[in-house]
Amino acid sequence: MNSAYAVTAVALVAVATVLVGAFGLRISRTTSDFYVASRTVGPRLNAAAISGEYLSAASFLGIAGLVLVQGPDMLWYPVGYTAGYLVLLLFVAAPLRRSGAYTLPDFAEARLSSHAVRRLAGTLVVGVGWLYLLPQLQGAGLTLTVLTGAPDWLGAVIVAVVVTVIVAAGGMRSITFVQAFQYWLKLTALLVPALFLVIAWQSDGAPSHAFDEPAEFREQRVVRVDDTVDLRLTAPLTVTVDGTVDGLAHKDAEVALPAGTHRIDGGTRLTFAEGSEVPVTGNGADDALSPSRAESRAERPLYATYGLILATFFGTMGLPHVVVRFYTSPHGVAARRTTVAVLGLIGAFYLLPPVYGALGRLYAPELTLTGDADAAVLLLPGRMIGGTGGDLLGALVAGGAFAAFLSTASGLTMAVAGVITQDVLPSRGVRHFRLGTVLAMVVPMAASIIVGGLPVADAVGLAFAVSASSFCPLLVLGIWWRRLTPPGAAAGMLVGGGSAFLAVAATMAGYPGAGPWHALLAWPALWSVPLGFLTMVLVSLATPGRVPPGTAAVLARFHLPEELRTEVSA
Amino acid sequence: MPQEPAERRVVVTGPPRRARPTSGYYRPRTEIDEQTTLGHTYVRSLMRIQLRTGLTVFAVLALLVGPLPLVFAAAPDARRLEWAVLGFGLYPPLVLLARWYVRRAERNERDFVRLVEDR
Repeated sequence: MNSAYAVTAVALVAVATVLVGAFGLRISRTTSDFYVASRTVGPRLNAAAISGEYLSAASFLGIAGLVLVQGPDMLWYPVGYTAGYLVLLLFVAAPLRRSGAYTLPDFAEARLSSHAVRRLAGTLVVGVGWLYLLPQLQGAGLTLTVLTGAPDWLGAVIVAVVVTVIVAAGGMRSITFVQAFQYWLKLTALLVPALFLVIAWQSDGAPSHAFDEPAEFREQRVVRVDDTVDLRLTAPLTVTVDGTVDGLAHKDAEVALPAGTHRIDGGTRLTFAEGSEVPVTGNGADDALSPSRAESRAERPLYATYGLILATFFGTMGLPHVVVRFYTSPHGVAARRTTVAVLGLIGAFYLLPPVYGALGRLYAPELTLTGDADAAVLLLPGRMIGGTGGDLLGALVAGGAFAAFLSTASGLTMAVAGVITQDVLPSRGVRHFRLGTVLAMVVPMAASIIVGGLPVADAVGLAFAVSASSFCPLLVLGIWWRRLTPPGAAAGMLVGGGSAFLAVAATMAGYPGAGPWHALLAWPALWSVPLGFLTMVLVSLATPGRVPPGTAAVLARFHLPEELRTEVSA
Repeated sequence: MPQEPAERRVVVTGPPRRARPTSGYYRPRTEIDEQTTLGHTYVRSLMRIQLRTGLTVFAVLALLVGPLPLVFAAAPDARRLEWAVLGFGLYPPLVLLARWYVRRAERNERDFVRLVEDR
């Protein structure tokens, strides 16, 4: 791929982002503008902004890569990301807006009038936000490395600097415009190349075996394995090897590998014949954006699928950057309509990654072996179309990928900075918000440089699981159950979120290598979400004396339509 | 919680209700405003019907999505079906469910306003 085009595209996206942000800055005046854009953002602009913010690197690059490597089961990710918004609409959207709070900790305090619960919620928001920022920064580094060979940290630094400048300068008002712009940019960047790719596929005779399992090579293909990987073969395979397989060195020799697991050392070159099956890699392939390291699909795939569904369906409502957006709607009815528009927008976007995944299985199956599966979206235009056209389309995709890092990172920074400003720093002025922004970005930035090669990719799945088991019970019970008490809420968040966090952390550290325990810990949502709900309910019931005195009035404010609200809230 | 100026902007909507002649004997609206037990019963009834609407739509979603992994696991040869359903087929029902819910929820709220305003 010609990196000059790609670098230009990435630079253009960064500059356009700053310019659109500056446009928002001109009309960003008050503190209220800063945090919630003065709550005057209409459904259409807000929906585009929410979608722009939500579609992260994991959506833009990760899903196609996952589908390429692991097949259509991975399409549950985009379905879950979308359905999460439906669940949010059903139980949370309008009352959350009517609660009139800025952030999740504000909601916790308004509902339970407890400073301790507020503190706990704030800590969790900052934690989940940082967890989610980490893969964005690392993804930016990976993209820039794949495109230009630049060092890993450079992309992360670019994203961090651009985001900090926009958020610190313009706050929520300016971020709203930036993100609305980036939704349409991302959609274009994925849609236009997809159209050309589908045309190229048609003129190629529309081969359709991508949908069959497993993928196979369409032509003789030489694959260079950079990092040592384990291959799992379901059938014997004959391959030409130049390098080391299973500890035996070969020099351009044809080797018949029996079914089973084989270790390929880094630097080995494999030549696959036409029509041979693409082997499945075991642990070791480096898919930086995909949360696949923690899971092993071969064991209990059904359990894993349901765990994934539960985490994404219930986790969306608790993601700090998603929640903070609902406060920018003018009223509860608008918040509901906004959510419907969001469902349409992200649903439309998610039609595209499967196309890339399927075409990747056809035209770039060897990416599963080289560990660059996340780069499939970036490499396909050059691979299938080639020439200047392919370069230009590739540059468009690269720009879109960068827009994905920028928008999600800025939304997260916004949410984390809001919490830091209000709960950690002494006053709530705009200047302190700017200081909070820098703090919100510096920590994940440092972490991404320090932990570098570690599998932080699982952070996305971890963030969803923690959010589903802590914030989801808090929001749902807080909105619909009048007997919730501060001790109950605190215990539920600690037990649910804490156990999910520990379970995934244990998996990432490689604690139980295999067996049913592994699946239980790698996909905690299936037990940690009910655990969080149950703890919250039981502890609340055990402390009936601690129900906050104003509960009835607060719930009335959450649920009454705005036209009835004047006197109640006064 | 900070009281920011934008809150005031939201308030000034709808007809000037204070000027309307009060009907004297039965005003649910006042009950809610003054947070009497009767007022809380009204709010509770609204919450109950909104929760029921949400749970109904959620049940439809669960019935729609819940069995799918089982179906795909039971028919491992139906790969094309899996691609079609997960890649494209599920999004339209999700949007339709959302629209259906919003219509129901807004109607519930309109009915409630009509009830308590005694119109």
